[in-house]
Amino acid sequence: MNDDLERLLSGGPSPVPDLDSARLRQRLAERAAAAGLLDVAYGEHDSPLGPLMLFVTPKGILRLSYPGEPIDAQVAEVAAVVSPRLLRAPERTDAVRRQLDEYFGGSRRTFDLAVDWRLVYGFAAEVLRATARIPFGRVSTYREVAAEAGSPRAYRAAGNALGSNPIPIVVPCHRVLHAGGGLGGYTGGLDRKRYLLELEGSYRR
Amino acid sequence: MAAISRQRAVSRSTHVHLPPFESLVDAHAHELHRFLVGLVGPNDAEDCLQETYMSALRAYPKLRHAENLRAWLYTIAQRKATDALRRHHRRPTSELDGHEPVAPAVSLPEDDALWARVRQLPSKQRTAIVHRFVLDLAYEQIGERMGTSEEAARQNVSTGLRRLRREVTA
Repeated sequence: MNDDLERLLSGGPSPVPDLDSARLRQRLAERAAAAGLLDVAYGEHDSPLGPLMLFVTPKGILRLSYPGEPIDAQVAEVAAVVSPRLLRAPERTDAVRRQLDEYFGGSRRTFDLAVDWRLVYGFAAEVLRATARIPFGRVSTYREVAAEAGSPRAYRAAGNALGSNPIPIVVPCHRVLHAGGGLGGYTGGLDRKRYLLELEGSYRR
Repeated sequence: MAAISRQRAVSRSTHVHLPPFESLVDAHAHELHRFLVGLVGPNDAEDCLQETYMSALRAYPKLRHAENLRAWLYTIAQRKATDALRRHHRRPTSELDGHEPVAPAVSLPEDDALWARVRQLPSKQRTAIVHRFVLDLAYEQIGERMGTSEEAARQNVSTGLRRLRREVTA
């Protein structure tokens, strides 16, 4: 039954216009957000510390990650823990990006951002909330944040909580040092910790 | 971070594990677009695709399983295309008023005229023909995506073709 008609039909109508997938995504994200259907949006942001991946929800900033962990794995994790209604929509992260630029540019000392704490639980959440209260230009110690979180002896657990901070920079775990003055550790590597502390005037090489 | 959330992810995945919606756009947008160009034409395909993804996003968390998300998207797209075509048929065609209807072609018409006729076919025949000729699917796959048997898919295509053949040679 291979006749002219089938030959004409094969391949579909022509010319088939190319799909403008950037426009599709942008409109979809806008409409989804307006309809309350976009639970998580993410996008990349260039910073002096490398490209940062930002995840935001209607509740606030959920996650900020340094380069390293594969993006697909991060996206899959956030989808599983928070919601599968997740889209790459960099324009939804604009408020965060602007404030990060201001912070790195030296014109902003505190972030005026709501935080979505859904990626942290239990004692770690207490430690990170205590950390979020350390002001720009000041530093604290693992022992102090552990005490602030309600368990002065749990400074090792506090260290672990800070090491797994899902929102570094915004929740300033870089401001927590060893009691003796040593830098301690940092989720993005010690060079980044030094950079941030220098930016805030808390550290001199 | 990784360890903490993985723990939580496992506790939630006893329910349904749905991939990030983003991956449905990555994996299927281009093919769905071609499918919709076949069904509704190039002008309305992108809007239909928008509507398809909006509806899918709305229903997504309520899905009871994550098997065959592709077939699910095609079902939605097919429905959106039917809605769009229905709207078109209702729309007044003022620019045609006062003109004689174009005489039926004697020989096989060129691509676009032919596809305009495909779009007039009953929904199942139309959809099956688009699956067959735009996406080049086998009858078994067409059946899967339309929720029918392979045989019914074959029937839908051949009935549609017969009808088209009658029209273009009328």
